[in-house]
Amino acid sequence: MSTKLKEVDVVIVGMGWTGGILAKELSETGLSVVGLERGDFKTTADDYSLPNIRDELRYTIRQELMQNASRDTLSARNNPTQEALPMRRLGSFLPGEGVGGSAIHWSGGTWRWTDMDFKIRSMYEDKYGKKYIPEEMTIQDWGITYAELEPYYDKFEKVAGVSGKAGNINGQTQVGGNPFEGSRKNEYPLPPLKTILSAKIFQDVAKNQGYHPFPRPSANASEAYTNPDGAHFGACQYCGYCQRFGCESNAKGGPQMTVIPIAMKKPNFELRLNTWVTKINKDSNGKKVTGVTYTNLKTGEEFIQPAALVLMCAFAFNNVHLMLLSNIGTPYDPVSGKGLVGKNYAYDTGVGAELFFEDKHFNPFINAGGTNTVIDDFHANWNFDRSGPGFVGGYIVSAGHNTNLPIGYRPVPKGTPMWGSKWKEETAKWYQTAMSISTRSGVLPHRHNFYDLDPTYKNAFGQPLMRLTFDYHENELKMDTHGAGIVNQMVKALNPTKFSNAVATKRSWNTVPYQSTHSTGGTIMGTSPANSVVNKYQQSWDCPNLFILGASVFAHNSAYQPTGLVGALAYWTADAIKNKYLQNPNKLIS
Amino acid sequence: MPNSKNDRRDFLKGALVGTSVAMTSGVSTQALAADKAQANKTSSDSQGYIFFNLEEQEWIEKLVNHMIPADQLSPKGTDLGVHFYIDRALAGGWGKGDRLYQSGPWKKGLPTQGYQLPLTPANLYKVSIEQTNLYCQKKYGNKFSKLSPTQTEEFLIDLKDGKVSFADGPPAQVFFSMLYQNVMEGMFSDPIYGGNKDKAAWQMIGFPGAVATHALNVEKYFNKPYKAPIFGIGDLS
Repeated sequence: MSTKLKEVDVVIVGMGWTGGILAKELSETGLSVVGLERGDFKTTADDYSLPNIRDELRYTIRQELMQNASRDTLSARNNPTQEALPMRRLGSFLPGEGVGGSAIHWSGGTWRWTDMDFKIRSMYEDKYGKKYIPEEMTIQDWGITYAELEPYYDKFEKVAGVSGKAGNINGQTQVGGNPFEGSRKNEYPLPPLKTILSAKIFQDVAKNQGYHPFPRPSANASEAYTNPDGAHFGACQYCGYCQRFGCESNAKGGPQMTVIPIAMKKPNFELRLNTWVTKINKDSNGKKVTGVTYTNLKTGEEFIQPAALVLMCAFAFNNVHLMLLSNIGTPYDPVSGKGLVGKNYAYDTGVGAELFFEDKHFNPFINAGGTNTVIDDFHANWNFDRSGPGFVGGYIVSAGHNTNLPIGYRPVPKGTPMWGSKWKEETAKWYQTAMSISTRSGVLPHRHNFYDLDPTYKNAFGQPLMRLTFDYHENELKMDTHGAGIVNQMVKALNPTKFSNAVATKRSWNTVPYQSTHSTGGTIMGTSPANSVVNKYQQSWDCPNLFILGASVFAHNSAYQPTGLVGALAYWTADAIKNKYLQNPNKLIS
Repeated sequence: MPNSKNDRRDFLKGALVGTSVAMTSGVSTQALAADKAQANKTSSDSQGYIFFNLEEQEWIEKLVNHMIPADQLSPKGTDLGVHFYIDRALAGGWGKGDRLYQSGPWKKGLPTQGYQLPLTPANLYKVSIEQTNLYCQKKYGNKFSKLSPTQTEEFLIDLKDGKVSFADGPPAQVFFSMLYQNVMEGMFSDPIYGGNKDKAAWQMIGFPGAVATHALNVEKYFNKPYKAPIFGIGDLS
């Protein structure tokens, strides 16, 4: 028996970056806003503090800040002919749980995706012809433009405390930045992080080979900083414990130390912790949503929270899961290609080389989440001709050290034994004298990469697990092959004592080793209800009082990390709700 | 009186298996005396075992000392406490299956689908140690803890490479990958977990541990060896 609560204006599911931004922006309008969060609220002072935060076993290996698979996980398979089995431990990707979400444990990579992504199909068709795009590659234009998003990228960079070097301000190329980025109105709010040795070596070799290296933009504050909302950041301490850790210096931008505490000062915002949303409720004709059903994890009681506006701000695949569980929209069917919810799952791919230098000291424990140098010559550079290698998309190449702690990071040359005195000798010799150079590309959507509900396995609430069907296809292999060639040329020029070249292989996605938490798609954005779940304002085409925020709306994945776009879209949607939707609560695009 | 710890354990086991009456008579007094002597000899064993039984204790000690031998780079595995680390990990929440999705049905699955056994880590160790002993008994005429160094090396390489199969039990390679990961955790995690005693593994590679700040060290140690005291969480608590 569930208890029906008093209706509120807005209910937000999930308190990461998107939920936090919307909580702040909408509570400022005077609306009554309730934020629901599965996890608890850990604080910098009590939870992310020295010395206990410096614990690789607890945070990296045992994954304390991550979604708990014993309660809810996904089942996975590589293609529809296989039987999906539950990911009994999360490995490949690690969504965060608790206030701040994955922004507690991220590295801070913050990029501006451009029209090359938003207009992907039309730009490739114009330049390379319609037949260039493989039939099974289900890419589409998103219906949004870089120009529309530019002010919101700027806003997010300032809120999150992004350090970087602009490459293009008002159309003028800037020395030291990314010359291929979209035109910006402003410089980054903070100067770039310091350049560590591995990043410097890469910078030099990339420049020598005619590329355009620049520091990776990241939400690691290079100096003490106060953002436009008055939130204080400490300067990054290069402590070497960034990815998968909370930041004890408040130097890593996150909603738990910026937008959420601001929202919490408003009497009309209420944060309910330890609440697990099981369903989005619809009205009798399915044209509107009426609120959500959730379980209070402290008591097991079930509540119905009616709301005039529902914002789905959970981690990307949890948004998709809730849509499927709530039977909103039509589930995607890979056989007919019909249906949209669950379509266009995408992820990352890439290759890397390892370089060992007897005469260098990298001190791999002195770094920040963003201490990398990058080149974008093979991604945002539209003049790079893809027709030779024959792929769609592109890749960035980078080097640097980030969070290289010794349980997980002990580079040794190939052929080293796995134990014994020789193993110890090699481990001691190379721990501080190795670096890697790697590529990173977005996987582009394929008709057989998708989510649906698992027919067999259930979560702790008795609901079907989400089933993920995903594998790499030809386009990834082509990008990896080209990228390996570029990386290996650099390796050759650097002439290390020992090395392992980058190798592109035809492989299947493996759920076990950590790869990245950049799972995108499932409730994709597009130009019409026929090709997408949400419009460019992240508003559901089916139910106009439902907005779905975050990387689940990405129609494909890019070579850039997702959070810069996630944050910009959240501000863009907040603006659309405040200045358009509230005046006329209906479809923003009909 | 047995003088090495393994001998003492064999002595105890033999006595207990031999006659249950002995438990209440002189043997237990002898055992107590042996324990007392052991306690006086060194404080490093004062942690004791909370998970492994006597047979398993021999097994894990043999393993960690083979994988991590004493040499100029570090003391041996048991002197680092790696066996105690694993014992505690298995006795604790992780060993009991915290964060592990445990609902059935169970299928073998593909390697890309990861761990699919109905066993918690603690269960997997129990079953697998027993199975390795059966395997070694059959192949070498001895249980694992009695193998020669050459036999131990051969067996572990076969286990790693998937050439060992258990007569009745889980895939041996699945056990190996968990075991190996746990040995590395015991060696390189913070000493508060029972391994990496005196931060010896961190000293071996020059990892500084639980540092507070490195902002000034980026320039100071740019392409230079980093030199500073190593701290664990316990040193700073």
